[in-house]
Amino acid sequence: MSTAVLTEREHYLNNGYSLKSWLLTKDHKRIAVLYFITISVFFLIGGIFASLIRAELATPAGDLVSSETYNKLFTMHGVIMVFFFLVPSIPATMGNFFLPMMIGARDLAFPRINLLSWYLLIAGGGFAIFAMVAGGVDTGWTFYTPYSTTYSNTYVIATALGIFIAGFSSILTGLNFIVTVHRMRAPGMTWFRMPLFVWANYATGVIQVLGTPVIAVTLVLVFCERVFHIGIFDPQLGGDPVLFQHLFWFYSHPAVYIMVLPGMGVISELVSTFSRKPVFGYPFVAFSSVGIAVIGFLVWGHHLFVSGQSVYAGLVFSFLSYFVAIPSAIKVFNWTATLYKGSISYATPMLYAFGFVGLFTIGGLTGLFVASLGIDVHVTDTYFVIAHFHYVMVGGSVMAYMGGLHYWWPKMTGRMYPEGWAKLSALFVFAGFNLTFFPQFILGYLGMPRRYHAYPPEFQVLHVASSLGATVLALGYVMPAIYLAWSLRYGPVAGANPWGASGLEWQTPSPPPTHNFEEIPVVTQEAYDYSRVREEIEVG
Amino acid sequence: MQIPLFPEQASSISVEVDRLLYFLVAVSVFFTLLIFLAIFYFAVRYRRRSETELPSAVHTGLTLEILWTVIPFGITMIMFAWGASIFFTESRPPDDAMQIYVVGKQWMWKLQHMEGNREINELHIPVGRSVKLTMTSEDVIHSFFVPAFRTKQDVVPGRYTTTWFKATKAGKYHLFCAEYCGTNHSAMIGWVYAMEPQDYQQWLSGTPKGTLTEAGGQLFNDLACVNCHHTDGSGRCPSLVNLYGSTVRLAGGGTVKADEAYIRESILNPAAKVVEGYQPLMPTFQGQVTEEQVVDLIEYVKSLAQKPAEQPNQTRGQAQAGSPAARQ
Amino acid sequence: MASEADLKLHGEHGESLALREQFDTAHQQKDASTLGMWVFLITEVMFFGGMFAAYTIYRATYPTVFAIASTSLNVTVGAINTCVLLLSSFTMVMAVRAGQLGNRKLIVIFLILTLLFGITFLGVKAYEWTEKYNEHHMPGQVAFHLEGTPLQGPAKLFFSLYFAMTGLHALHMVVGVGILTWLIFETRKGQYSAEYFTPIDISGLYWHFVDVIWIFLFPLLYLIDRHLPK
Repeated sequence: MSTAVLTEREHYLNNGYSLKSWLLTKDHKRIAVLYFITISVFFLIGGIFASLIRAELATPAGDLVSSETYNKLFTMHGVIMVFFFLVPSIPATMGNFFLPMMIGARDLAFPRINLLSWYLLIAGGGFAIFAMVAGGVDTGWTFYTPYSTTYSNTYVIATALGIFIAGFSSILTGLNFIVTVHRMRAPGMTWFRMPLFVWANYATGVIQVLGTPVIAVTLVLVFCERVFHIGIFDPQLGGDPVLFQHLFWFYSHPAVYIMVLPGMGVISELVSTFSRKPVFGYPFVAFSSVGIAVIGFLVWGHHLFVSGQSVYAGLVFSFLSYFVAIPSAIKVFNWTATLYKGSISYATPMLYAFGFVGLFTIGGLTGLFVASLGIDVHVTDTYFVIAHFHYVMVGGSVMAYMGGLHYWWPKMTGRMYPEGWAKLSALFVFAGFNLTFFPQFILGYLGMPRRYHAYPPEFQVLHVASSLGATVLALGYVMPAIYLAWSLRYGPVAGANPWGASGLEWQTPSPPPTHNFEEIPVVTQEAYDYSRVREEIEVG
Repeated sequence: MQIPLFPEQASSISVEVDRLLYFLVAVSVFFTLLIFLAIFYFAVRYRRRSETELPSAVHTGLTLEILWTVIPFGITMIMFAWGASIFFTESRPPDDAMQIYVVGKQWMWKLQHMEGNREINELHIPVGRSVKLTMTSEDVIHSFFVPAFRTKQDVVPGRYTTTWFKATKAGKYHLFCAEYCGTNHSAMIGWVYAMEPQDYQQWLSGTPKGTLTEAGGQLFNDLACVNCHHTDGSGRCPSLVNLYGSTVRLAGGGTVKADEAYIRESILNPAAKVVEGYQPLMPTFQGQVTEEQVVDLIEYVKSLAQKPAEQPNQTRGQAQAGSPAARQ
Repeated sequence: MASEADLKLHGEHGESLALREQFDTAHQQKDASTLGMWVFLITEVMFFGGMFAAYTIYRATYPTVFAIASTSLNVTVGAINTCVLLLSSFTMVMAVRAGQLGNRKLIVIFLILTLLFGITFLGVKAYEWTEKYNEHHMPGQVAFHLEGTPLQGPAKLFFSLYFAMTGLHALHMVVGVGILTWLIFETRKGQYSAEYFTPIDISGLYWHFVDVIWIFLFPLLYLIDRHLPK
């Protein structure tokens, strides 16, 4: 009965069923779906590596896998999660799907380049997976020289090539978003009427465009060093191994903002919709996104405090690193203030939003610890840093991803997911996450170093707690995979605006038609205007 | 079953680092609770009671924005200054620090005391005395990490890096390599033994060996350095007497301070910096000397700064390199 | 609006506009394409920038060796190549001008001239590289040796950076040559008009960018300390 309603109306999913109509599509919504499938696969692979790591670390001795294998596991976990999951995640899925709709456009500025971006991610991923299957890579995702250029006997070049290609996927996505926001806004859609999700993805695009080419050229130099022994990072030939670290982190620090800014954009949407109120301090949140993007390029040296870098460089980078924390704090305060006198719903996306704000706060605050020179000397390269970045990347970005996924699921699929199971999964994720990573702060301050296959026995209890947490966390991710897939066929049919949200994407049917809008809207409302929503609210 | 939650405080800087940590923890707990409680309170107090309710509320407030920008900024500046001050202390070894050389290689630590004691994966030091480590790597980047001392410093091939600490409590403390270096990175660990001064002296004199300076003097002869580098400065090569700590004028302009790094480079890559008035004639000894032997030679050259007449086979106990009087 | 739909694919006089469906007007399409090319060129600046940064750092570390290595490069040949590229940028600008005028024949002529200049540049580059190979200045050669300095490691670094940077530049030239060839074919097929010549316009931007990179490469690599007496 419900399926009959869907097949009568044309939308982006039923507009052609052939493989060709998907693999040669120019529709940003179909490309977003292609990306969803792709990065879910990468997340699964990265997650399997994480599970093996935590399984090994439950006991102090290196008894589950050999040290060579362990070194490959943490390397490949990092490479897959950073370059093939987190960097594309929100922009290439929800950004691709909703950025054009949110500004009232029919598509991105360059649809064919959008498709090319996806193929580049596939190609890059292909090389990375080949490297893993052929024998793996063991340099750490950070590829420090001269280990990666001279001493490692593993598939460094294949992996570097995979990352290089995936980098261009990222650059083209950013380029597309920047031009789209500048040139494709519907009449009346001024910059300050755009949803904050658009601002966040715009700022992310700027980072992608400016930062990614640097790691691309750095990987080229690593390739040249490895194959031609040009000596650029080899001290015996006059080169400087620390130069690599500067070049690497010049991208990789802004990259973490590529990974978190879109998540922040999602949270702005969720907090507003589920408080039924505009985001508090809209201009401040918008400018904070841009501020983070800019200042984020100035702090890379905080990864090099104990590298042999000069004391004065350390001072400058520490100082600037505190600057970059402020815009993030501003956002957290503004999201919290949005709840004040709102109408708060506890739907699953909002639970993920709450989780994000809480865990990102902790993760961000621990960033202040590592930004402090005196503390960082002690905790750098220990589990403290691992805990810090997992709090912001997983407690932050991945929670935002899950929140956005549930929020826009009815719009993208025309189906609603089962709310009870979804809430339970969110709780599992929150509890499992904290149990996994909070003990790691303690472990790190105790002195447990990173990338250790075996460790002194007194650290075991904390490691066991962490590994137990990882099991719960994994469960929290497996459950949505199941019930979301289930909902595609058996979930209740969703209407155009089940949440009573503002935003142009909710003015279209679910799933949206291929051309997004029958007529390009002329925008007269400010962002997050709920005055018309009352009539549209659907009960249940 | 004891679950350690906090590392021992065993160096003069540990207490200061931990104090900064407590401050950061206090600030973090405060803001975490503030946010968590605010969210919890608002979420309950303003929960949706009817599907059609529509709140109308203020959505901007400049005073509030300024307050919650300026106050956190002020707090972070305190954190910065405090952390920077500790870092300054950590990067300036006291003048009276005793010198120990460290060479890291896959996958072990090799340490040399001035008196000639050599250790592998273990470091014996006296309590209450500043210890300065001058370190290099033979292969990849490693990192010398002693959690109880709260110190860590990367060990880089091709150059020296330094760190220092002063143990305040006798005991046995973990030593870890903290920069991933390949297969047995997790096994590149050891112990630092801080001992009461008399126990340390006893340990020191335990094994018969020559001091670094003596070993260096022997090498200086064996490798025929002495054929060119005459003590009186005659000949084709610059005199090395009183070299250490002085400022050297280079051919082509420019000067350089004659520290450990300069001496090391002069041995392994002599053409990189040629002394003014001399030709680039010195051959390189790269591949002919290990990093430990380089250290011995450096200590010998440093000892030439004492008195011009001092000969290589002087008895041990007088080789007190690094004394303030010797430096110019 | 009926007339609007006609305008989408063809201009008022039937000329081609190639207006893609995501855009509302030809003007918007041109604006977007131009902005897109500028953003792409900024990524290219960052891409080359990494190598320029490495070069700057090592040049500051080994000034004498880099100067000696630089003098082993043939300034005259380099200068000729610089002139060739500058001329090619001029002909490219003329091609864009011809586009503005809607003069198909002239577009093709200037594109071909630009193409020839570009190929000349690449040919001269190949000659230079062969010279370097013959003089044993190619890193990777067993008999690598730079006269005039005992420091062969940093010398190798100079030449590695030389080949990497000019090689990356040459690669971009090859892509440019490919784009020019495609543009020539498209022009002859009648794809462009005074109302729509955006691909020529933005390819011109790309070509000028590649030229500007060379303008930086030439003095940095070839002209170190040339003013100093030997």
